[in-house]
Parts: sequence; C-alpha cells; structure tokens
Amino acid sequence: MEIKNASAGTLESGDILIQIGPSDHDGVQINLNSTVAYQFGEQIKKVISQTLSELGVTNVEVNATDKGALDCTIKARVTAAAVRATGHDVWA
Amino acid sequence: MNSIKNRAALIAEAAKKMNKEVYNDSQVKKIITPRHELQRQSSKVVSLEEAIKKSGLKDGMTISFHHHFRGGDKVINMVVDKLAQMGFKNLHLASSSLIDVHEPLIEHIRNGVITQISTSGLRGKLANEISHGLMKEPVVFRSHGSRGYAIKSGELHIDVAFLGASSSDPLGNAAGFSTSENAKSICGSLGYALPDAKYADHTIILTDDLVDYPNQHNAISEADVEFVVVVDSVGDSSKISSGAIRDTKNPRDILLAKQAAKVVMNSGYFQNGFSLQTGSGGASLAVTKYLRQGMIDKGIKASFALGGITSHMVKLHQEGLIDRLIDVQSFDKVAAESLMNDSKHKSVSANEYAAMLEPGSATHYLDVVILSALEVDVNFNVNVLVGSDGIIRGAIGGHPDTAADSALSVIVCPLLRGRIPCVVDEVTTLITPGSNVDVVVTEYGIAVNPNRPEIKERLVAAGLNIVDIKDLAAKAHSIIGNPAPLPFGDKVVGIVLNRDGSVQDVIKNIVE
Amino acid sequence: MFVPGNNPAMMQDAFIYGPDSIMLDLEDSVTMTEKDAARLLVHNALKTIDYGKTEMVVRVNPLNTPYGKKDVEAVVKAGVHVIRMPKTETADEIRELEAEIEKWETELGCLGRTQIMAAIESTLGVINAYEIATASKRMMGIALGAEDYCANLKAQRTPEGMELLQARQTIVVAARAAGIDALDTVYSNLNDMETFRKEVELIKTLGFDGKSIINPRQIEIVNEVFAPTEKAIEKAKTIIAAIKEAEKRGSGVIAVNGKMVDRPVVIRAQRTIDLAIASGILTQEELS
Repeated sequence: MEIKNASAGTLESGDILIQIGPSDHDGVQINLNSTVAYQFGEQIKKVISQTLSELGVTNVEVNATDKGALDCTIKARVTAAAVRATGHDVWA
Repeated sequence: MNSIKNRAALIAEAAKKMNKEVYNDSQVKKIITPRHELQRQSSKVVSLEEAIKKSGLKDGMTISFHHHFRGGDKVINMVVDKLAQMGFKNLHLASSSLIDVHEPLIEHIRNGVITQISTSGLRGKLANEISHGLMKEPVVFRSHGSRGYAIKSGELHIDVAFLGASSSDPLGNAAGFSTSENAKSICGSLGYALPDAKYADHTIILTDDLVDYPNQHNAISEADVEFVVVVDSVGDSSKISSGAIRDTKNPRDILLAKQAAKVVMNSGYFQNGFSLQTGSGGASLAVTKYLRQGMIDKGIKASFALGGITSHMVKLHQEGLIDRLIDVQSFDKVAAESLMNDSKHKSVSANEYAAMLEPGSATHYLDVVILSALEVDVNFNVNVLVGSDGIIRGAIGGHPDTAADSALSVIVCPLLRGRIPCVVDEVTTLITPGSNVDVVVTEYGIAVNPNRPEIKERLVAAGLNIVDIKDLAAKAHSIIGNPAPLPFGDKVVGIVLNRDGSVQDVIKNIVE
Repeated sequence: MFVPGNNPAMMQDAFIYGPDSIMLDLEDSVTMTEKDAARLLVHNALKTIDYGKTEMVVRVNPLNTPYGKKDVEAVVKAGVHVIRMPKTETADEIRELEAEIEKWETELGCLGRTQIMAAIESTLGVINAYEIATASKRMMGIALGAEDYCANLKAQRTPEGMELLQARQTIVVAARAAGIDALDTVYSNLNDMETFRKEVELIKTLGFDGKSIINPRQIEIVNEVFAPTEKAIEKAKTIIAAIKEAEKRGSGVIAVNGKMVDRPVVIRAQRTIDLAIASGILTQEELS
C-alpha cells in the first residue's frame, strides 16, 4: 500500500492531531505528545496501532499531538489520516 | 516650701526605687523644622539594600511576602533578586502563596539563595520543577487560616517581612490602595500580610506611592513597620483577576453555578441573615450571580459575605442584598475600590479570617461556602493542590478552613476536564478531609455526603438530580477509561499540614 | 441543539445541558476539506458516547454533493435516531434519502430504525411543505432554515420576523396535517437573549413544537417559554388519570367531573404533560 504524508485532527482541547507518513522501518512507529501522557500515554498508543492494524496500514510513522481526546476521537482521527494517506476510503 | 528643687531628693529616691534615671531638661532640644518637611526626612525611608542591611537579615533566616497582587506581583522577584545580589544564601521563603509569575525563583533555588519554602500554593514552572525534585527540603503547605495562626504562635517565625503596599506614609502606615493622585497600583485588602506585619521581627514596607502622613484607612500600622522602601512598582493591578479568578462565559461553568445556587437555595440555610463565601474558580465565583436572583425573589438578605471578595459580591452589597463585606483578599479591582470607599466593606487578617484556634475567626460564623476542586474522591475528600498528573498546580487557600467551619460546604467541579477525571476513587493529595465536605455539584449530578441525610432529603424534595458519588466516579471511568498509575518517585517534595498544625499528607516527586 | 460535527469537545459535552435533541452537523459548520474527518468523528461518537435518552440527529450533506451518501452510510451504521435532510425542496429528495437509508438498514438487518427530519430552506420548499412532510412514513418533523430561506425570498431578516411569518405558518400547518413535529430555525445572536425570548414566545404562539438552538445558554429560555403553567399541568394530570381509569374499566368513554372529554382535549393534555416533562417541571415518577 502506498502511503503519502497526511494528517487529521486539530490542536483544540479534547482533540488529537494525527500526522502519518511513510517509514522505512517495519511496523508502526508512534511519537506521542500528550497533555495526559502519564495517565493515558500507553492507552492512546494502543488505540492508534489497533486502528491502523484494522485498516491494514503498516510501515508508517505516526506523530500524534494529543489534547485529551477520548478513544473514539482518536480512532476517528487516525482513520481519517490513514484514509487520506492511502486514498482508500472506509465507506462504500 | 514645696518647689521642684525641694522635691529633688524625693525624686532621686523614687527614681532609684524604680530603677530609672532622673529627668534632665538640658538634654531636650525642640525640633523646629516645618512638619511637612520633617516627615520627608523620616529615617525609616531607605533604599531596599539599606533596609535589608539594617534589618540584620542573615543567611538561614526566614523572609516573608504576601500574594495580593497575584499574577501582577513584582515584590517577591525584586527582593529575592536583590538578596541574591547581596550574596545571601540558605534563606527560608515564607509567602502567603506563589504563582506563575514567581518562576525566577527557580534560579535562586538552584543557586542556594532559597533552600526552604512555606506557602499556601505553587503554580506554573516553579511548581513543575519542585514537583520533579528541584528542592532538597520539602515545601511546607498551610491553609491561609493556619499560616496566620502559625505566625502568631511562633511556629512559623518570620525574621524579615517584605510587604508590598499601594500606599505608605514615611512612617509606615500602609494600605492596599492609595487615595492620592499619584496612585499607581491597587490590591485592596492586605489580609494575608497582616500577621506578618504584626509578628515578624522586622517589617519592611515596599510602596510605589509614598504619601503624606497620616495615610488614613491604613491596614498596616507604623508601629509595626521598621523601614519604608519606595520602588517604581509593587504590582500590576490589572493582573489580579486573571487566572484562577476570571469571570466565566463557559457554558459548563454556568451550568454548574446554576446547580450550586439551587443547592444553596434549597439547603435549609438560605434564610434571612445568612452568611456566604465563594472560592476561586469560574463556576464557584459565578454562583453569586445566580444566588442574587433567588435572594431578590424570596426577599432574603445576607448578613455578610466573606473571603476573597469579588465584583459580584460588591454588586449585591451595593444593592442591599449583603449587609457587610469581610475581605481577606480583593479578587478584582472593583472589590479593591469598594474596600477603599465603603465603610461596611472591611479587611480582615488571615488569622482572624480563618484560623481554627482563633475564637473570633470569621469562618466560625459562616453558613455557606462554595468551593472548587481539582479532585474529589468517593469519600468526599478534596484535593485543590496537586493535579491528576501528580504535579503541583494549585493552592490550599482557605479551602479546608472554610469547609470545616461553615455550616454547609458545597464543592463545584466538573466530572471531567478534558480526559482528566475530577471525581476519582482516591484524591492524589488530601487537602480537605471528606468529613468537612457536604455537597459535590457536577454536570452529571449532585452528590450529598451521607453524613448529611437532612440536606439530601431537602435537595431531593426540590427536584434536584441527586446521585451517589460512587456512580459519578464510575461514570467518569466509563467515559475516559482507566488512567495508568502516576510515575511517583520516593522523594518527598511537599508536606501538607492540617489546619490544626498536624501533618496530614506528603507529596512525592514525579519521575519522567 | 446544533453541534458542529468536527468539534470533539463540544460533541462530548452537549449532552450535559439536557437538550431534548442533539443535532451533530456535517453540513454548513464543516468545511469541504474536513467533511471526511467530521463524518468519521460523528460515526465514532454516536457509536461510543452515552447520550442517555437524548434524541440524536445528524444533519447530512445534500445527496447531490460528493459527501451526502457517505454521510448517510456512516450515521445509519452508527445507529443515529434521525437524519436531517438540509435544503429540502421536493418530496422526491426525501424518497431518495429513504432509499439510501433502507439500503444500509437492510444490510444491517434493522429496517425502519432511522427517522427523517426535513429542513425547509427555500420558497419552493415552503410551497411543497405538505408533500415533503408526507413523503415517507419515516418523517418525524419539518424544520425551517431561515438564513437560506430569506436569501431566496430576497428579504432581510428582522428581529420581529415578519418576513418569516408565512413560511413558519405554512410549516406548522403542514406538520400538523401530516401529524409530525414542526421545529423553528436558530437564533444566532447570543448577546441578545431578550430578542431570542420574544422569538421563542412568537413561535410557541404559532404552534411550533420546539426551537433549534446553537448554544446551551439558550436552553433555559426555550424551556421556560414552552413550560406549561401549573394549572394547566394539574388539569392535564386529571384528564390523563381519567383516561387510565377508563382503560381499566374497558370503557371508551372518558369523563372528568361528570363531563365527557373529547379527543382533542385528551391530545392537548398529553402534550401538556410531555412539555412539562421536557421542561423539567414534572418527572416521570411524579406522573405514575
């Protein structure tokens, strides 16, 4: 799957900015910057990698800037960024 | 004959008996300078450096400050810079509170100028650094009431107090406002500075408006003041009502404030002559607005409002809804000006405001207090000092004092701040014990302490949405998920004293 | 209450203010470049966030845009209660929307789950109001969108709202004839609560069932204006009790204080009770 640089989300409170780009390494690399890193850092990374794996996206680098987004928001933003990066939509 | 000469022997005998000298008229010389000029020559008016030298300050001593200018304070940084320049080390800084603007203290701590801190709160980068273990000695946190009492009792002994004032005459009669045309700043009440002025070994007033003697309506009396230092500016008054005490447009704060007002109005304490206090934080301050309508509708008037006084409180006072204002800290310029101009608006010192052991503390006569919180737990314990990330970001203030002494304490806090829960299983740091907390108002419902079944009954009868506090904590969990445990280290960076002087909790360092 | 579909914090919070209905917007409040992201956000929010008993509506983009059909798919799959069709001008547009909904409901095995609300925002839409209101058995309400309507009418909006009078009355009449709800347009000046209150009073007089709002601060005024008086509630409670009594006896004849009660009176009584509950004056428990 060809991956372009793409992003989704905002830096507003309660949101997360996801930037996806191609990576030479295997798997998914996540660099996370979060206002709730101590309490939810691992959980956020888990949601990001799970969402990408459900979409079949691998070998990407993800830069995530989180402002306290809930899991459902993180999932939506990762999906939107992945759709933009791959050009494959999730809707019919 | 009975002339003074004849009595000379008797005078000498009386003096000897009383271990005193005999009066010698030839030593008295009348000063003939015009008095207006004379007061300009007051030996009390000196430079900051001179005042420090003459005060006898030594390494290892305790210096104190007040935080009435909040974000606009200029005194603490100015004085500590000067002390560093003069080569002082190992000082104990005892301020009524410290906030974002005191970030330069970080360098002074690194350089060993300040090695110990006592305060009510810490915010900003300074707080962050201290939470990460900047200081060798833990910071000692006290409530406003217990700080006042600790100074009086000598438990917190102050060697030199540096107190900013918006006006002072050359003798040291000082106030938090100035009626002169050269007025540069205004902070209103000097309540937190009054114990320092009275009980410190040496008191230095810093002022940006040296006025003619006598400076009337002075909060601090010349008798307690050793030196007066004139500076360009003691503080930026426009920054008093920023941060923790801004007026809110946030719809969630408005929702919380309206609910809290309903709680007060249906609590049983909403009666003619009741007394009221609101804490800092948008929602708790906004409650006043909504209580006002209830007071008008039901024809109820309050005897006094206490604490941090806001423009909302002043408005109610001017409308005749609140008889008197008792002001330990003026939360905005309107309040500060009202204190200056209105005889029914009086200032109060920190220990007469809220000390547990001071029989006349105003808080003992308080009916209702509305307070905010960073966290409340399922046992109604409250934390207002340490964030849910383990980093110090607040102040004890008068929280435990007013919660304990009032007849009804109402905590107003959102269930969630972003992904941070405010109703939790156990507070990160214990500040106000749950036994003193009666009602918790959130946007997902109102919880009443089981100790107060009669309050619960009244609120249910009023049709309010009463929920179990455990259900609120569970609701927060269901929305945000389960937070991971915080990465605390083993070092104690802060000690929280109870208002009775006992040690109540400690704050551990955070490890990245 | 309208909530922009690309703002997670507002979508998360809307529920706490207690609106009767939350409308997540994918249309005018979302820029073209963010349509895809907002659609995903709304989809995930509907699936995850517990909105309690609040009615959940999503305003989709018109079906003739590249976004409309994907919007319908995303929200039907997420289990939305109502889809709001913007800029509706003809009954055919509703039928087209219905066909799209049915396609996904059939696949999901939940045929008939999703209701439709049509926003009428043009003169042609007003002319066709009754046909639109009766275009599908899924229709639950029609709403006025005043900004576009006024532009189309070539009239200026005024605080008094004379320019909207015919559209408002036509919509209420059409909704009543079709047996569905009539909902009024938004009022967007948050600093003028007095004019807002007058507008709510006006549309209540005209017979509307509710008002669209853009900010939680407007909820209280709508509830206050629509709240029935205590006397009306008491009367309504007596009538409802009489109905229950009649049902118990198996009798079709309802009498209160010895007088026969007509069907319209019963309907109005039920509406009074519904409003009292919606305004927070009456709870379900008090009723039973």
